[in-house]
Amino acid sequence: MSLVEVDGLTVEFGDLRAVDTLSFRLEEGAALGVVGESGSGKSTVASALLGLHRGTGARVTGSVRVAGTDVQEADDDALRRLRGGTAAMVFQDPLSSLDPYYAVGDQIAEVYRVHSGASRRAARARAVDVLDRVGIPDAARRARSRPHEFSGGMRQRALIAMALACEPALLVADEPTTALDVTVQAQILDLLHSLRQETGMGLLLVTHDVGVAAESVDDVLVMRHGRAVERGTVADVLGAPSAAYTKELLGAVPRVDAARPVRADAAGDVLLEATDLRREFGRGKRAFAAVDGVSLTVRSGETLGIVGESGSGKTTLGRMLVGLLEPTGGQVLLSGTRADAGVQIVFQDPVSSLNPRRSVGESVADPLRARGDKEVRGRVEELLERVGLDPAHYGRYPHEFSGGQRQRVGIARALAAEPRIIVCDEPVSALDVTTQAQVTGLLRELQDELGLALVFIAHDLAVVRQVSDRVAVMRKGRVVEYGTVDEVYGAPQDPYTRQLLAAVPALDPGVAARRRSARRELAAA
Amino acid sequence: MASETAGAGALTASAPVSGARQFWRRLRTRRAALVAAAVVALLVLVALGAPLLAALEGQDPNTYHPHLIDSARGGVPVGPLGGISAEHWLGVEPQTGRDLFTRLVYGARVSLGVALAATLVQVLLGVTVGIAAGLGNRWVDQILSRATDVIVALPLMILALALMAIVPAGFPRPVLVALVVGLVAWGGTAKIVRAQTITLKELDFVAAARLSGWPTWKIARRELLPSLAAPVITYASLLVPTNVTVEAALSFLGVGVKPPTPSWGQMLTAADVWYQAAPQYLLLPAGALFVTVFALTVLGDGVRTALDPRAASRLSIGTGRKREARA
Amino acid sequence: MTGFLLRRALGAAVTLLAISVIIYVVFYAAPGNVAQISCGPRCSPAQVQQVADQLRLDDPLYLRYWHFLQGIFVGQDFSTGTALQHCDAPCLGFSYQTDQQVTQLILTKLPATASLALGAMVLWLILGVGTGVLSAWRRGRPTERILTGITLAGTATPVFVIGLVLMIVVCGQLQWLPFPQYVPFSDDPEQWAWNLLLPWLSLALIEAAKYARLTRASMLETLAEDHVRTFRAYGVGERSIIGRHALRGAVAPVIALNANDFGSMFGGAVLSETLFGIPGLGRELVHAVNVVDLPVVVGMVLVTGFFVVLANAVADVLYAVADRRVVLS
Repeated sequence: MSLVEVDGLTVEFGDLRAVDTLSFRLEEGAALGVVGESGSGKSTVASALLGLHRGTGARVTGSVRVAGTDVQEADDDALRRLRGGTAAMVFQDPLSSLDPYYAVGDQIAEVYRVHSGASRRAARARAVDVLDRVGIPDAARRARSRPHEFSGGMRQRALIAMALACEPALLVADEPTTALDVTVQAQILDLLHSLRQETGMGLLLVTHDVGVAAESVDDVLVMRHGRAVERGTVADVLGAPSAAYTKELLGAVPRVDAARPVRADAAGDVLLEATDLRREFGRGKRAFAAVDGVSLTVRSGETLGIVGESGSGKTTLGRMLVGLLEPTGGQVLLSGTRADAGVQIVFQDPVSSLNPRRSVGESVADPLRARGDKEVRGRVEELLERVGLDPAHYGRYPHEFSGGQRQRVGIARALAAEPRIIVCDEPVSALDVTTQAQVTGLLRELQDELGLALVFIAHDLAVVRQVSDRVAVMRKGRVVEYGTVDEVYGAPQDPYTRQLLAAVPALDPGVAARRRSARRELAAA
Repeated sequence: MASETAGAGALTASAPVSGARQFWRRLRTRRAALVAAAVVALLVLVALGAPLLAALEGQDPNTYHPHLIDSARGGVPVGPLGGISAEHWLGVEPQTGRDLFTRLVYGARVSLGVALAATLVQVLLGVTVGIAAGLGNRWVDQILSRATDVIVALPLMILALALMAIVPAGFPRPVLVALVVGLVAWGGTAKIVRAQTITLKELDFVAAARLSGWPTWKIARRELLPSLAAPVITYASLLVPTNVTVEAALSFLGVGVKPPTPSWGQMLTAADVWYQAAPQYLLLPAGALFVTVFALTVLGDGVRTALDPRAASRLSIGTGRKREARA
Repeated sequence: MTGFLLRRALGAAVTLLAISVIIYVVFYAAPGNVAQISCGPRCSPAQVQQVADQLRLDDPLYLRYWHFLQGIFVGQDFSTGTALQHCDAPCLGFSYQTDQQVTQLILTKLPATASLALGAMVLWLILGVGTGVLSAWRRGRPTERILTGITLAGTATPVFVIGLVLMIVVCGQLQWLPFPQYVPFSDDPEQWAWNLLLPWLSLALIEAAKYARLTRASMLETLAEDHVRTFRAYGVGERSIIGRHALRGAVAPVIALNANDFGSMFGGAVLSETLFGIPGLGRELVHAVNVVDLPVVVGMVLVTGFFVVLANAVADVLYAVADRRVVLS
């Protein structure tokens, strides 16, 4: 008997078929990665394993057996025993997944008591045990803290501790590291790896990130539109994919070890020069500098990548470069004169960057009209076509477009002002990898054609390597490393840059294993 | 690229968001809100057509009918059921003999008119103060927010009551009541509008509009006001029933609308000693008040649901997951 | 924690000061002869002149306000025409119409108002939160629909309507209770409670509807949050999810609303007091408004503001003690 047996599973929400006749097995102690882009139904599969669709109105057919329990047929009590007892789940967002009002230790104890019937005191002791096991320092004291007092990575550790509390046979992890920084992601994946080796529990890892799967599992199941596209060992599927979709997916994944082709005419004149930029938020004792003394230049026709983890100040820096935020100190000089015109921005969130109540054509026309142009329609249609949209869609509203298309509209709007520099603030981080590749491709085309300078801000080291000529690595408001792509990625000088690069998941399981031991050494050093 | 366009094709058939049509489509699906809307519409018709209805009955609200009053029994109406007859459909007032039907119908006029006018004052003041605080610099925001806090902190009834002490006499009473109620209860709207303005101001599309070079007032009009409409309408629709109650309460206390202008609250004050002899004298204004406020509240609830279906589904369905997964 | 307490106290003080400025300006800078209004219609011109001197109407507005503020903090002297009277520290002015200090007047009316507010609050909290929890627990079932209908009707009913109806039915028709007649607690606790039963009930029924809706809405909102999904996914039962996790989310909004309501009610439950003839602050205010006794009106509004601000501050501190995140943010 396998640990997980899924046969002909179909899950429907109203008219939407999220999972379509899916079947797979997971043996005891094995690890399976379910990989797919948004809308592939991968998370729905994870929920179905624990019967989380019961009572929600979703239609579930087919059979799901976990450790011998038929999830579909089990009565409520049996299902409750399964949940947390036999199979435990770790969710994506570690902040919202814990009750903000209770101590972390108490929440773990509560779950433990449900399944073990232990005394309050014994349950608390167990909570401290598992917190210690997942690497929370000073676990006995930290068990009394509440979730907001933990960092993102610590919260995810606490959730894993909750999962461990009842020694389940199966751990279901739904995008467990998506909300985390890359260095923290590496720590969590390493933790999952070592726990699996110690306890022998099975792992079902749901992720959109092929690299994360390569790091953590033995087998991969690629999903698309609710169906299984390909199933095999990590080495087979990632090394020699057979399905066309898998090939397309892998082709789109940006690789941290592959640079963009060197361009002959990359750097031209200096267009923008930022000197000693500072920006503080808050006042008095609570004041802190989000950007703390940053100097850099942008040349025509080049792409400057700015890479950093959350809280590094990269977005604040970008807003100052565009002129949306006044610097507290230092200055931004544009071609020798202080001016805001000529720099435009493309935002991260394709939802909030367009006014939902105005047609996309009107949004793109804004800079033209503000300049005083009367006949704008022709020009807007030209721009829409240039970014790969149908010019006939002038009158449509943002909600009628997909995320990638909305980013294209954002790019068209930025182009309308005829800037010399465009700051792209995480322009692809909300998109699926295949769409990501299309949008970065478009940006590169436009750059070559118009001689634009791009400032590309992102947390994803691989994407930045793919698009940039030069890179600045930011940490805590400062630039810790600044140079050409090859210098920074090939021979990093700063220890933080090295740590970042070591944390990026590799697509090759062999490389992943080597990286893991390298990380252990870095941590020990 | 090809697959992306194809995927979006399915969505493109729908009309622009948040149009009035979509609002009605959503409101239509809620039976309670529809019934409430019908009741409110009827009340508005009654209020507007009060003189017509009075003419139909052949009475007016202010004529005394001493012959219909049994002064020997302390002013009880003559005849059964408080003097109900073909001339006086709902009987007459004890002691004065004034026609109850016309007084009730004219009372609707006062009640709805005052409530709507007060709501208008509240919304205008609240939106102005809220936007100014949201867009203004630190000092403007501090001062306006502090003033808003004060208005919100002080109980509405007490403040309205106190203000009624110093309003100039000789002004039409219903107008005064509407003004006073409007002036003391704009705080909630101002708070909501300020919070929304600050949230919207930080949104990327507003930043983009700033970068395109528009002046601030144009951005406020174009990007902010349309997005503020939904929360303001929602809040206003919940203010109307409160205002009806406050007007009735002030008149009940004898400081609101003064006789001879008929008002439901005022009728209630006079009625409680007559409940045995002429129960309808008490029950009619009480019932009218209850039905009006209840219908307006249910309608307001429906409006909120129709304008913010996400919040409404959060409130009506415990799991919430289901809707999200479907979207 | 100390920093938080200080900040909170300072904030409350500033709000109170703002209230006093606004109230003073609105009422004493209003058009019309303030001295004549304050003194009352039967005052002789000499008396009016005396009041005008007392209120320092010749001084600019900010000086007059300063004088008024001084009265509150250090007291002031009043001449009543025949004798000089000293008004002690929290001096809110002098009612020329009743020949009484406003502070004294308020103190004599406070016990009745407090009796009404306290009893009603206990009732509405039990009724309201209980109903809210029940409808959140039975969500989507007939019980919830019925309760939702009842609470909606409750919020739509003015308190004087339900009070009137209750009084007529319970005291008039059924004669289960005598028509309420306020008896001070110090005179006879049993009669005190007995006579307040109906006022408590009518106030609590209306208020409870509001609390039931708030409790239900907050609980349903919490139930839709991710952390509830976590506990469901770990096999935690519905009872614990409702009673431990969902209810916890309703605590803050209920405390906040209750502080506001309780504070406001201390300024006088105007309608209930008038309807049931309870000699409290609310009824006094209605009387003062009717006879335009300006100093009393201003004093009452200020005292109400004081209670509301105080209740809110106390609620904030209580809540901060329970949930330290508030202090941190």
